[in-house]
Amino acid sequence: MKLQRTKAFQTLARPIWGDNPINIQMLGICSALAVTVQLNTAVVMALSMTFVISFSNLIVSLLRKIIPRNIRIIVELSIISSLVILTDEFLKAYYYDISKQLSVFVGLIITNCIVLGRAESFALSNPPHLALMDGVGNGMGYGAVLVAVAFFRELLGFGTLFGFQIIPDGFYAAGYKDAGFMLLAPAAFILIGLFVWLQKYLSGKS
Amino acid sequence: MENLAGIFINSVFAGNILLAYFLGMCSFVAISKNIETAAGLGFAVIFVLTVTAPVNWLIFQFLLAPGALAWAGLPNVDLSFLKFITFIAVIAAMVQAIEMIIDRFSASLYAGLGVFLPLIAVNCAILGVSLFMVERNYDFMETVVYGFGAGVGWFMAIVAMAAIRIKLRYADSPRGLEGYGLTMIVTGLMAMAFMMFSGMAG
Repeated sequence: MKLQRTKAFQTLARPIWGDNPINIQMLGICSALAVTVQLNTAVVMALSMTFVISFSNLIVSLLRKIIPRNIRIIVELSIISSLVILTDEFLKAYYYDISKQLSVFVGLIITNCIVLGRAESFALSNPPHLALMDGVGNGMGYGAVLVAVAFFRELLGFGTLFGFQIIPDGFYAAGYKDAGFMLLAPAAFILIGLFVWLQKYLSGKS
Repeated sequence: MENLAGIFINSVFAGNILLAYFLGMCSFVAISKNIETAAGLGFAVIFVLTVTAPVNWLIFQFLLAPGALAWAGLPNVDLSFLKFITFIAVIAAMVQAIEMIIDRFSASLYAGLGVFLPLIAVNCAILGVSLFMVERNYDFMETVVYGFGAGVGWFMAIVAMAAIRIKLRYADSPRGLEGYGLTMIVTGLMAMAFMMFSGMAG
């Protein structure tokens, strides 16, 4: 059996493109956009998210047979919040500057609909290894959109990528100006809208 | 007073919780298909925000903040890392309590808001307001005003969006863009309009 045919691989790959949590399922946009002014915050956010969603999926799936159905939301929320606290403390200890920039948005991973949504709809009814794969896949799908948005916002807004100047000085001398609009909230909404359009167009063709 | 008015105007317009901080997007996109349900959800959000933000403020100031346990003889304890799990538990519990109280005392209000209340527990805007109030060091009155203002801002945004989406049904939008993609772009345009108010809070 080829790698691409295995169930685990498909569970991992599907949310990255075909069933992307942001572009197709429309989940988790809340915290996604505010951290995309710069690439490094977007990457850190994507990694934190992948960590939280993978382990919450894994733990929920391991406990799925003993969680009573009527209090499952509270149980899931406490698992997720504990993971988010871990992430937040880790960032504060080792990447203090980035943690300051992310401000409340790491905490908001708790109410990110992707995490709870995947726990509810996937982890509760699937074995642990598939749940873990699904978590990693969704985290990466989320991260891919975040990084793509951040790429355009930082490049066009500051002329830099990861803080390094990309647009040559000659351009500025010739009258090129950074688009300050890209740094504001509306630009993020519009970029996501355009990404959705692009993805629907591309997947509609094949 | 002037400060409170400033916080209110800022939280409704320039610092709109939805359009400037992107919070509560999930239910915003999902529920903004018609005006009545949008308004129902909007009212529920105002209500829950006005109640949960002050409650979380009290809990944070008297139990979790660094040195907050001084009254219990533990001045060196800093429990602020517990704020995420505490806030979300408080919000879930408050939502549940509000639902039961409304159900008991006002059947008509329950019929209108009841279905939306459980959804609100996981609305990012509610938790976001509680976290922002900690980060910005608001005092008690400021928190009350901020919670209420953020709710009003969210309400205005979702009702306006529902109205625009109804009009958009008759528009001939490009294939692939219609629906979600267009909603995001319209939200972007609305966010621009709300930013124009930023001078008002001054």
